[in-house]
Amino acid sequence: MDPAVLALRNLAPQVLSAVVRRYRDFAASEDAVQEALLAAVQQWPATGVPEHPRAWLIQVASRRMVDHVRSEAARRNREEIVVSLVPPEDQLALQADAEAHDDTLELLVTCCHPALSPSSAIALTLRAVGGLTTLEIAKAYLVPEATMAQRISRAKATIKDSRVGFEAPTDADIAPRLRAVTHVLYLMFNEGYTASSGAELVRADLAFEAIRVTRMLLRKLPDEPEVAGLLALMLLTDARRTARTGPGGELVPLDEQDRSRWDRAQIAEGTALVTAAFTRGAVGPYQLQAAIAACHDEAASTVETDWPQIVALYSVLLAIDDNPMVALNLAIAEAMVDGPAAGLSRLTTIEARLAGHYRVDAVRAHLLERAGDRAGARVHYERAAARTTSLAERDYLLARAGRLVG
Amino acid sequence: MKFMLMMHAPGNGPYQIAKWPLEDIKAHIGFMKDFNKQLQKSGELVGCEGLSGPDQAKLVKADKNGAPITDGVFPESKEFLAGYWIVDVDSAARAYAIAAAASMAPGPGGKPVHLEIEVREVMSGPPTDYLP
Repeated sequence: MDPAVLALRNLAPQVLSAVVRRYRDFAASEDAVQEALLAAVQQWPATGVPEHPRAWLIQVASRRMVDHVRSEAARRNREEIVVSLVPPEDQLALQADAEAHDDTLELLVTCCHPALSPSSAIALTLRAVGGLTTLEIAKAYLVPEATMAQRISRAKATIKDSRVGFEAPTDADIAPRLRAVTHVLYLMFNEGYTASSGAELVRADLAFEAIRVTRMLLRKLPDEPEVAGLLALMLLTDARRTARTGPGGELVPLDEQDRSRWDRAQIAEGTALVTAAFTRGAVGPYQLQAAIAACHDEAASTVETDWPQIVALYSVLLAIDDNPMVALNLAIAEAMVDGPAAGLSRLTTIEARLAGHYRVDAVRAHLLERAGDRAGARVHYERAAARTTSLAERDYLLARAGRLVG
Repeated sequence: MKFMLMMHAPGNGPYQIAKWPLEDIKAHIGFMKDFNKQLQKSGELVGCEGLSGPDQAKLVKADKNGAPITDGVFPESKEFLAGYWIVDVDSAARAYAIAAAASMAPGPGGKPVHLEIEVREVMSGPPTDYLP
């Protein structure tokens, strides 16, 4: 990524939180900051990066805010508006203010507002905290720019209407809402990580952004083990990204991936993070999933993977979160320890809860294949292929079925 | 998640819009325009198009040199695709709700046409890493 663009994205939330704190109007401030960022993109290549880029951005955004307030005032009742007009001398104070405060965390909590749908929260976070333009977000989601602009402006309106607005959340507010924040970041990462081949590059940008914002979050909350766990999970999963698709964009399953292509630096960082988080003693779902990812990442092959450890970790995860998908993954891990027959019998006990989900058929097909039942495996591969909504996964399942013909 | 909503109209049934009274045609078109505008405003519309009638339709296949062979016209087809929307929504339930709203488009006399809308999820990328 262009370092200048990255620098701007890193500044965006700091600038926005400074402007919002002063003007108390999240939606208008956000528009003003976007305009300031655009101005920077247009002007800096010619004029050079100013000595204090953050102060420069805050000043430009503040000018836009004043313009906005003036035109609003002309349009509406002047009396109502005049209180939020900041005297010019105070605008200078904003700069010093911005040096002292960084409300990025409050901004992130605001964007991951519980009243928003996940897709709206992700879009707003990408724009306000990530500093991406609407066009960049629209491209990542493969929707028209006008549609994404509407989604973002509705999200801002929802926050405004919820009456929570941008009253900077107190420390007590942040703890319960941290779950919503980590969930939004987790979904943002998955959106990017599960890119289909056609839009691979722009979608991968979402995973990159999710990692960047989660890093930012961990810097603010270094003592939250689940934030560390989430960052570790992202790094340990993303480390395998280039190996998980073949030259034609086809899905390569874990056991067939070229492990020399995994990103060792990311694996080392993720492993260190999750190891340190575990010692804090407040184990949660993200840390457990990260620990499972680390087991895979550290193994030289599927056979050499520490499956008993993975079984133990999935069992703890299942105890915390009684989710049938976790139970399904546990069955897969158990089959690696105790053989396919054990996995198949475990599968029959959980399939009722996953009524008709294609993953049950996919897992059964794998286990039947390992057990030597080629005809049975083929039937279940085909059944799974007929129901998945993932193109890459359907192709993969059909290819598996095809290998078993005759 | 994205869905395609396909509006199927009966070839010889009540959707022979050209035979409706002018004001009903206007009301129907007005409804559709407004409907599309609402979808755009809600930040869910990816795209939508109306298609020309089945009497304009051709079936095309390649001959042995790859040149097109056209076949048609098919005025008597029982059902035809009149148009489609692609929406990006948070759930299948929301896609069904949008389809139901479109199905309520007014027909002759302003009564809802109750058109049948086929809803299909657009295939996306792989959802999770594949374990062996």
